[in-house]
Amino acid sequence: MNIAVLSGKGGTGKTTVSTNLALALKANYVDCDVEEPNGFLFLKPKVDVVESVKVEYPIIDDHKCTACGACANICQFNALAKVRDDLILFQKLCHSCGACEIVCKYNAVTYGKREIGKIEKGTSRYIKCSRGILNISEPMAVPVIKELLENLSGEVNLIDCPPGTSCNVINALKYTDAAILVTEPSEFGLHDLKMAVELVKMHNIPFGIVINKDDKKDNIIKRYCKEEKIMLVGTIDYSKNTAILYSKGKILYDDLHHKIIFDKLSQKIKEVLAWN
Amino acid sequence: MELVVISGKGGTGKTTIATALAEIAKDVIRIDCDVDAPNLYLFYKGKDIEKKGFIGGKKASINESMCKKCGKCETVCKFQAITDFKVNLFECEGCGACTLVCPNNAIELKDQNIANTFITELDKGIISRAEMKIGGDGSGKLVNYLRKNGRKFNCDDKLTIVDGSPGIGCSVISSISGSDAVLIVTEPTKSGLEDLIRVVNLCEHFEIFIMVCINKYDINEEMTRKIESFVSKKGLELVGKIPYDDTVMKSINELKPITFYKESIAEKAIEDMWHTIKKFI
Amino acid sequence: MKIAISSSGKNAEDLLDTRFGRCKYFQIHDTESGKVKIIENKGQSSSGGAGIAASNQLIDEKVNAIITGSLGPNAFELVQKSGIKAYKCSSIDINSALHKYKNNELEEIKTLGPAHH
Repeated sequence: MNIAVLSGKGGTGKTTVSTNLALALKANYVDCDVEEPNGFLFLKPKVDVVESVKVEYPIIDDHKCTACGACANICQFNALAKVRDDLILFQKLCHSCGACEIVCKYNAVTYGKREIGKIEKGTSRYIKCSRGILNISEPMAVPVIKELLENLSGEVNLIDCPPGTSCNVINALKYTDAAILVTEPSEFGLHDLKMAVELVKMHNIPFGIVINKDDKKDNIIKRYCKEEKIMLVGTIDYSKNTAILYSKGKILYDDLHHKIIFDKLSQKIKEVLAWN
Repeated sequence: MELVVISGKGGTGKTTIATALAEIAKDVIRIDCDVDAPNLYLFYKGKDIEKKGFIGGKKASINESMCKKCGKCETVCKFQAITDFKVNLFECEGCGACTLVCPNNAIELKDQNIANTFITELDKGIISRAEMKIGGDGSGKLVNYLRKNGRKFNCDDKLTIVDGSPGIGCSVISSISGSDAVLIVTEPTKSGLEDLIRVVNLCEHFEIFIMVCINKYDINEEMTRKIESFVSKKGLELVGKIPYDDTVMKSINELKPITFYKESIAEKAIEDMWHTIKKFI
Repeated sequence: MKIAISSSGKNAEDLLDTRFGRCKYFQIHDTESGKVKIIENKGQSSSGGAGIAASNQLIDEKVNAIITGSLGPNAFELVQKSGIKAYKCSSIDINSALHKYKNNELEEIKTLGPAHH
């Protein structure tokens, strides 16, 4: 069972919720915010596996190549260009689609592999942790996300998603059975929450909302949940102490006040998802 | 002169600060490049004077009447985007490999409308922004277009302030490349510092002038010192330290830029920061 | 000699567009015949590799020189390898830019400019 934690807006508390909920649920923690993975800062797992994430790129055999330029013409991403009799590859633009090999009449195209990121796996306390890291200046995160999520075990996995609703998040949702949407009680929070709600509904993923930095009042998010008949899984109160613990990289679950909050959340999630 | 405000980590206060700077600088062009979560326009009651559909990229489309269901397209697709002779638009990357192998020419690549772009007129200046359709691909291209479209309205060479997106991927790369300077907004937390390091690395890769400001600096003075030390070691410019201020949340909920709250300590610090920034840009 | 100039418009009075990969048009001026060919820059509509798409077009058009503001790293590499000379000019009208070129007043682009993605 894969549970995705996403938010639309950045900084609402996805990582705070997923790391602590993973401990409360005794579930595996998977950080797929591969551009800025933060979860390990808090969980501090002992990493015992590091894997390279590689993508394919075309290699052109000079002996067979006639410089016809068909590969450069077919490439939808401008990754290949023909200059005089040379074919030049712009690696970072290549989507590894294979179209250049298909179109080449002279069998001059083969593929090599290059690294764009890494996967790290380890254990923290009693849970398994994994994360993907995209190498700096690489524009495409999706291959790292796919490799991270493709082979997850059949246990309960809490997937810490990237912010936003773009292709990164969409790819994470492909491996998701249920979603928790984390928001904050503000106009910005609501505005971006609506986009995240639309996204999960589009993918027919059952979901619930967690309000982080809650003001304990009847706020716009609570009203929105009532109006739209959306499940409010729980709230996490705002407190300066929470912010201070977070800033130090501390696990909130180690603090009794917060342990109670996350245990309550995890109980509600188990009820809602009807699992024992 | 184009200043891009980015953060690496989400939620550090990019939009709050970008908006405040734009207000203080007065007559500026605002560009909201955080196309996944565009919040800048919420602060204003502007009027949309332009709305256009935006073509992001192409995706494959199978003509059912010509399809002989041979399955060659499905075999060749590296993104598992074709199943049961139907293209899954979320998976399809528009590479065209399937169009090459279809024996009946039943597949073509079609332009995809991924967003609506807007020019929103304010009392002073405009906002160039977009509303992306859910699941839209090609945000790098959209970001580039928003910058270009904003520039079109900049006849008298006004200052342009860009509200960027979190992360370090193609959207951010597209926001910063070709601009004059970046202001990285960070927060004094462990995550904040770690993400700051990654986004600084990215900016260095693109050889752009880097300024840093620490938002909510007083929630952890030890982390603030660590960040200051990092900034100094890297030879970057620390242009501001903004104190934590409850008024900021108030300003977001009342949807008024922080500059409307003259008593706000954050507001005062941002004004001081602007004086410092002006020396560099 | 065919000279391509990155431009915001189709007329000789229009301004030079300093950004190569994403300019709207290229005005290709043939100095011998005096003819002008206007092409729409394919780089504009590219998701990525705008500079590459633009360079490819000009290579196909067999231009001998380019006048623009700067070239990003991808375009620079292509243009260099193709043997086309590139010259730096600010955003003045096309007529004036050509004039400066003919009088050898324009500096050659020898280093990379910033990339546009």
